[in-house]
Amino acid sequence: MRYAMAIDTKKCVGCSDCVVACQTENDVPIGFCRDWIVEVMDGSYPNLEMELRSERCNHCDNAPCVRCCPTGASHIEEGGVVKVKKHRCIGCGACIQSCPYDARYSHPEGYVDKCTFCYHRLVKGEKPACVSVCPTKCMYFGDLDDENSDVSIALRNRKHKVLAPEAGTKPHIFYLI
Amino acid sequence: MNQTLNQEDSKNTLRKIEDDLIRPLRNHKGFELWILFLLLMFIIGGYAYIIQLKDGLGVTGLRDYVSWGLYISNFVFFVAASLIGMLISSVLGLLKIKWITPISRIAEMIALAFAMWAGLVIIIDMGRPDRFPYVLLHARLQSPILWDVTVVTTYVAISTLLLVLPLIPDASILKRRMTDAPKWQQFIYTMVSSGWIASPEQYAIIRKSMRILAILIVPVALAIHTVTSWLFASTLRPGWDTTIFGPYFVTGAFVAGVAAVIIGMYFFRVNYRLANYITDFHFNRMGQLLVLVSLVYFYFNINEFLVPAYKMKTMDVHHLHGLFAGKHAVMFWSVQLFGLIIPLILLIFRPFRKPLPIMVISIFVIIGAWLKRYLIVVPAQEHTFLPIQNVPENFMVYQPTAVEIMLTLLPIAGVLLIITIIAKLFPVIPIWEIAHEKGVDESILK
Repeated sequence: MRYAMAIDTKKCVGCSDCVVACQTENDVPIGFCRDWIVEVMDGSYPNLEMELRSERCNHCDNAPCVRCCPTGASHIEEGGVVKVKKHRCIGCGACIQSCPYDARYSHPEGYVDKCTFCYHRLVKGEKPACVSVCPTKCMYFGDLDDENSDVSIALRNRKHKVLAPEAGTKPHIFYLI
Repeated sequence: MNQTLNQEDSKNTLRKIEDDLIRPLRNHKGFELWILFLLLMFIIGGYAYIIQLKDGLGVTGLRDYVSWGLYISNFVFFVAASLIGMLISSVLGLLKIKWITPISRIAEMIALAFAMWAGLVIIIDMGRPDRFPYVLLHARLQSPILWDVTVVTTYVAISTLLLVLPLIPDASILKRRMTDAPKWQQFIYTMVSSGWIASPEQYAIIRKSMRILAILIVPVALAIHTVTSWLFASTLRPGWDTTIFGPYFVTGAFVAGVAAVIIGMYFFRVNYRLANYITDFHFNRMGQLLVLVSLVYFYFNINEFLVPAYKMKTMDVHHLHGLFAGKHAVMFWSVQLFGLIIPLILLIFRPFRKPLPIMVISIFVIIGAWLKRYLIVVPAQEHTFLPIQNVPENFMVYQPTAVEIMLTLLPIAGVLLIITIIAKLFPVIPIWEIAHEKGVDESILK
């Protein structure tokens, strides 16, 4: 079992529906978010190209945040999901500093919070809130070990990339290009 | 030096040293005012901490990106300043350099005070300080945070022993001399003197233990500052992601520590009227030491900034531009010039190594050292590893709040308080070691 997500940068319109869905589903405090939209502009006028990306925790195999956590609050769940035990976290901030994707934030209650792939939905067999809500259906989620899952099919059929591969984190959010 | 005096001369010399060094302990002029001032700083800082405990770290300027700000800069500075105990009383002591005798206790006091508070500063920065025991209960050896907690506590323990052991013979002398002191104070002297009778066996034990501790503290001291640098260097952030951070931090620490000791020496020389003990010669030597450590630190600064600036890798560009010509440029160049290069050049010339000029220069060096820690900690967090847009302004720009600044004053007052108390209870110069150097018969040192 290895959960992963593939996001189609050609289909994404940058509407931020995923951001709002996540904030609602996970009760994210106002002023914070677990996922966000990035616009990357390339070229010069009039030959411009814009890539839209919905970004979040990459649920890395070689996760720097899990490595540096002093108490084991940051840990990897079944299926490769990186999670934080909020009652174990001391709020030292080491994981925030170590994450090259800036996927973590300090919750006002003192612990560190981040994307969980909506783990509470996964255990019920549902998809993460951001995936379910996407109006252009540009996100594919599923088990990489299952070759018939949405994500496996998407990655098999399309060219794709990951973010900051030089960091050596082995991220599991793929961008279809 | 080291010629033995006869019994009568011994007694007179010892009496003179005792009088000179114990007199400041009885003189309380201005002492209450100083303590009151420190307590006021404590109350202000404590009030700020209550606000922070109640409302969380949101009352600080720490946000999503810059989540380590003033507190951690202060922590790094404290760890840096605490390293000096190791350099002076251990490294120079083991090299059998004689002139450190009158200043070794000042260095140890500064080291212990800073090291103790360094551990507490970290707790201020924690989002959930109530869960601090989890660091031990759920300890994970893989985490640099745990390494830091381990070595800081070890260093505090060894530093305490290194300060307290040489106090034993002095406490015995104080017990004899300070008969008019309040009961609790006499109790402290009795406890610390731990049955000292100045027998040759006791001297052998105390000298041997001090030597063992002096050797033990070297790796531990190197470890605390190296591990502190790894908190940063083990991440991928441009500006932190470098392999020379360990030695870069350690050498910077020596610069800050030597400056701190010079300020302390000047203060005690003037206020405790110890000009016969802490002489121009000592300031001269400390000035030379400061030149030496500054040169080494300067070398590491060139390594740290020239090499990445030559390559200008994509990731480093924003960071270096910010430091060299951007919004941190004024602070960066002031720190390099007034905190390192100009002091280094001035101190090469002998007149600047006189007590007053070198003390003024040391104040510049120490302020520079503090700001340098800020420049290491904060700017590296102000830009993300990957591009991102439309984030709130306060994510990218760090602005310390009033609560944060008030709370930063608390540990500074704490350090000064610890030094003040130790220097008021015990002589700042080891009586027995000075007496030994003057050839006083050891058996009467009790």
